[in-house]
Amino acid sequence: MSDLSINFAGIKAPNPFWLASAPPTNSGYQIMKAFDQGWGGAVWKTLGVPVINVSSRYGGLDYRGTRMMGFNNIELITDRPLKDNLKEIEEVKKHFPDHAVIASLMVETREEWHQIVRDVENAGADGLELNFGCPHGMCERGMGSAVGQEPEVIKMIVGWVKEVAKTPVIVKLTPNITDITVAGLASVQGGGDAISLINTIQSIIGVDIDNFVSYPNVGGESTNGGYCGPAVKPIALNMLKNCAQHPYINLPISGIGGIENWKDAVEYILLGAGSVQVCTAVMHYGFGIIREMIAGLEQYMDQKGFKTIDDMVGKALPKIKTWENLNLNHKVVAEINNSKCIECQLCYTACEDGAHQAIGINKEETRVPYIIEENCVGCNLCSLVCPVEGCITMKRKDNGKEVITWKEKTMAGDVPTTFDDERAGGAGHHVPKPADALKK
Amino acid sequence: MSEFVRPLSKEEFEENFSQIKPIMNDTEAYLESSRCLFCYDAPCVTACPSGIDIPLFIRQINTKNITGAAKTIYEANYLGNTCGKVCPTEVLCEGACVFNHQNVKPLEIGRLQSFSTTNAIERGVELCYVREDKNKKVAIIGAGPSGISCACELRKEGFEVDIYEAKSQPSGLALHGVAPYKITNKEVLTEMNYLKNQFGYKVLYNTPIDSKDKITALEAKYDAIFIGVGLGKSKSISIKGETNINVYGAVEFIEKLKLQHQEVFLGKKAIVLGGGNTAMDAASECARMGVGSVVLAYRGSEKYMSAYAFEYDLAKAVGVKGLFNTLPVEILEEKGKLVGVRFINTAYENGELVAISGTEFIEECDMVIMATGQSKKVDFLAWIDHLSLDKESRIEVNEKFQTTNKKYFAAGDAVNGGAEVVNAVSDAKRAAQEIKVYLSK
Ligand SMILES: Cc1cc2nc3c(=O)[nH]c(=O)nc-3n(C[C@H](O)[C@H](O)[C@H](O)COP(=O)(O)OP(=O)(O)OC[C@H]3O[C@@H](n4cnc5c(N)ncnc54)[C@H](O)[C@@H]3O)c2cc1C
Ligand SMILES: Cc1cc2nc3c(=O)[nH]c(=O)nc-3n(C[C@H](O)[C@H](O)[C@H](O)COP(=O)(O)O)c2cc1C
Ligand code: SF4
Ligand code: SF4
Ligand code: SF4
Repeated sequence: MSDLSINFAGIKAPNPFWLASAPPTNSGYQIMKAFDQGWGGAVWKTLGVPVINVSSRYGGLDYRGTRMMGFNNIELITDRPLKDNLKEIEEVKKHFPDHAVIASLMVETREEWHQIVRDVENAGADGLELNFGCPHGMCERGMGSAVGQEPEVIKMIVGWVKEVAKTPVIVKLTPNITDITVAGLASVQGGGDAISLINTIQSIIGVDIDNFVSYPNVGGESTNGGYCGPAVKPIALNMLKNCAQHPYINLPISGIGGIENWKDAVEYILLGAGSVQVCTAVMHYGFGIIREMIAGLEQYMDQKGFKTIDDMVGKALPKIKTWENLNLNHKVVAEINNSKCIECQLCYTACEDGAHQAIGINKEETRVPYIIEENCVGCNLCSLVCPVEGCITMKRKDNGKEVITWKEKTMAGDVPTTFDDERAGGAGHHVPKPADALKK
Repeated sequence: MSEFVRPLSKEEFEENFSQIKPIMNDTEAYLESSRCLFCYDAPCVTACPSGIDIPLFIRQINTKNITGAAKTIYEANYLGNTCGKVCPTEVLCEGACVFNHQNVKPLEIGRLQSFSTTNAIERGVELCYVREDKNKKVAIIGAGPSGISCACELRKEGFEVDIYEAKSQPSGLALHGVAPYKITNKEVLTEMNYLKNQFGYKVLYNTPIDSKDKITALEAKYDAIFIGVGLGKSKSISIKGETNINVYGAVEFIEKLKLQHQEVFLGKKAIVLGGGNTAMDAASECARMGVGSVVLAYRGSEKYMSAYAFEYDLAKAVGVKGLFNTLPVEILEEKGKLVGVRFINTAYENGELVAISGTEFIEECDMVIMATGQSKKVDFLAWIDHLSLDKESRIEVNEKFQTTNKKYFAAGDAVNGGAEVVNAVSDAKRAAQEIKVYLSK
């Protein structure tokens, strides 16, 4: 049986599933309920300077039949009194000494940072998370992402916190920055013990086209918010990879963004996350989703023979390279399994109009399209649009023996150099004549 | 007229009795599972007598953790695959799915369930439940759904289990009773085989417990005994002519059909007497066997039939004609040959059903199926000392499924008087937990 327990930068938890700092961690009541149902840790809703919230606060992005594929909020940090939160942290720790309770913090001055760090540690927090990420409201007051976008300020504040902190310090990064590793590096330089990413992405979720107001609507007006939920996962995964592969960011990373099921969590862990945090999925489905996540992760670990979470962390990183190191000789072409095809011809139109005119149809005989192998560049598009699992597969055509990369070619002086260089990839490709487009 | 021709080969039988809930393929299961809302305190779970965590297993299908889905199902219900196919889901889980409130088709929970379990059975997924040996032995009488479920749970808890079964195959009415278009014999037996391999209980086939001596011997050898004997033969209604050889008891008729398929020879015009689910099944099955005219005759009005509406719909869909407020008076014979049934019309007077004199009529037919209930196994039960039965001859049990003879526990049809497979399975599992408590005292 696999062991799900973790030690993340010195913070111990029975499993890597933590609640992200957000409405699900607003109160001791919610966190106790979550721990009772199986969550391993919780990052308390950010504590700090006093705020007032607006109503409404959220917007959702639906995709076809699916609600809330993306989620947007203009909520600020906690609006509950600090003393109530501190009392509740103490109480949660009393009931759940082995679960991770991490206090998320956001204040302004050095004195305020020192004070609040002492307060939450006295209340029993196992660690601290510095919220340098909130991309709305708080940043207008010089906090949140306004800090996260300034490496020097990150370094300085992490330094302030480290002056008094006795528990591990996690720096939560904002994705609203050109290169997240700059912020990651600043966290290292400031003396941080770990980083977490991502916070929400600045966004406008949609516009009410009848009333000319974007969402969410606050009395006929709106503001930009923070985007999260399943839609942001790919962006977060890339930022995770960038930090995890960075030679000087050698800190544990807590992965956040669009995690909803065990598979999402495994992907994060394989790309270097030592714990994962969840917000939107819990806001959508409640704490109960943890039963699917834990069962699925255990099942996966048993199947793959992983004994501990540490065995898995970063497993997929060595295979992510820079583009110039990929094998240019690797060649795949699409193949249609005629017996599985349901004749929708989505692959045809995708390739014909959206890619390389490498799929043909023969109206007289059958609706099943065929691949024109000479034209197929192996882009995958058809296999991605095909609604039938395993119907279009990519078949390997090279022998796998001769590996050549752009980097090697460059070093050997064998790369195309002029616009019309014959050595460029597309030079030999078949493209129909423009006028053929008008043939009916 | 029914649209089926008499099946002559195995293939033709399978076509006439094609599965109304066929196993989904991966794509279908994936798409269907995407629809589930993952409701909080999900009404589908409340409606499932075995309390399967439905939103969980559906989400597990959606995240391609089929093994996990199957485990979730088997944790709550040992006949997960059979139940997915034979449960009256329309009135259980699917009937409770929140989509019904929106007039949207509910989740196909039964089919998603059998999709997961079939996949797990095919791959021989280990349920790996069995606990350490408790050094106690339990005998189970009857390898029907209740007996098998009880055996699995007891084995999981580390008890040694021997099942005594009168017939040559396991699963009771799941094999011998449930309509062939709901589940194939092979599917039932494959799950039985899987469970036996997983849990390692022993089944002694062709070993009826049919005397007081055998009961005494069991009592001497085992620490506790579970009774899962189900119900007895079809009840007679004591009318003239019912001993004709073309008058069948519904359960006996169905069992014969289930075991012999296209080899069973039937007449051209059948009348089925009764208004319960067994009557619906028998009528549907006659129609699918190519019996040209099948009439279902019920003594009361349509809305008072105990059968589920969807079961009657199924029968109508294959050409069965309903005849209501008709009480059979006599089965007519000519030179020993069955020629028809004399009925009399009925009406409700002050809530009571009464025959209306002067309304007698004859409906021609060459076979009659009596689906007028199953009797209880009173002879057998009388051999067990201090075992009380209730007014309807059902075994009396307390909330722990313990009978009035403390050594005996019971569940399934013999206790509830005849319900569904899922009730037998779920109650017997709970009974096993009570046996554990009893034996650890
Ligand atoms: C025609 C018909 C159709 C049905 N269709 C459905 C359906 O579609 N869906 C559904 O969920 N339910 C259906 N049911 C109900 C369901 O089959 C039963 O509720 C369920 O099988 C009860 O399980 P059980 O273990 O209590 O009894 P049974 O299934 O009756 O099993 C009892 C077992 O005990 C054995 N036995 C009996 N006496 C002895 C003895 N003295 N010694 C040794 N062995 C003995 C029998 O041979 C049998 O194997 C149907 C029932 C019938 C009659
Ligand atoms: C309504 C809402 C409020 C949030 N409040 C905070 C907060 O107070 N502090 C913080 O660090 N992050 C906050 N977040 C960001 C989340 O912690 C998390 O980083 C983000 O939502 C991405 O994860 P997800 O895709 O699982 O939702 C908030 C997110 C939402 C949706
Ligand atoms: S989710 Fe709760 S707090 Fe929010 S608007 Fe609805 S009822 Fe009000
Ligand atoms: S997309 Fe797939 S199913 Fe549709 S025509 Fe192409 S191969 Fe066939
Ligand atoms: S009621 Fe329907 S939608 Fe809700 S959890 Fe159950 S199956 Fe899913």
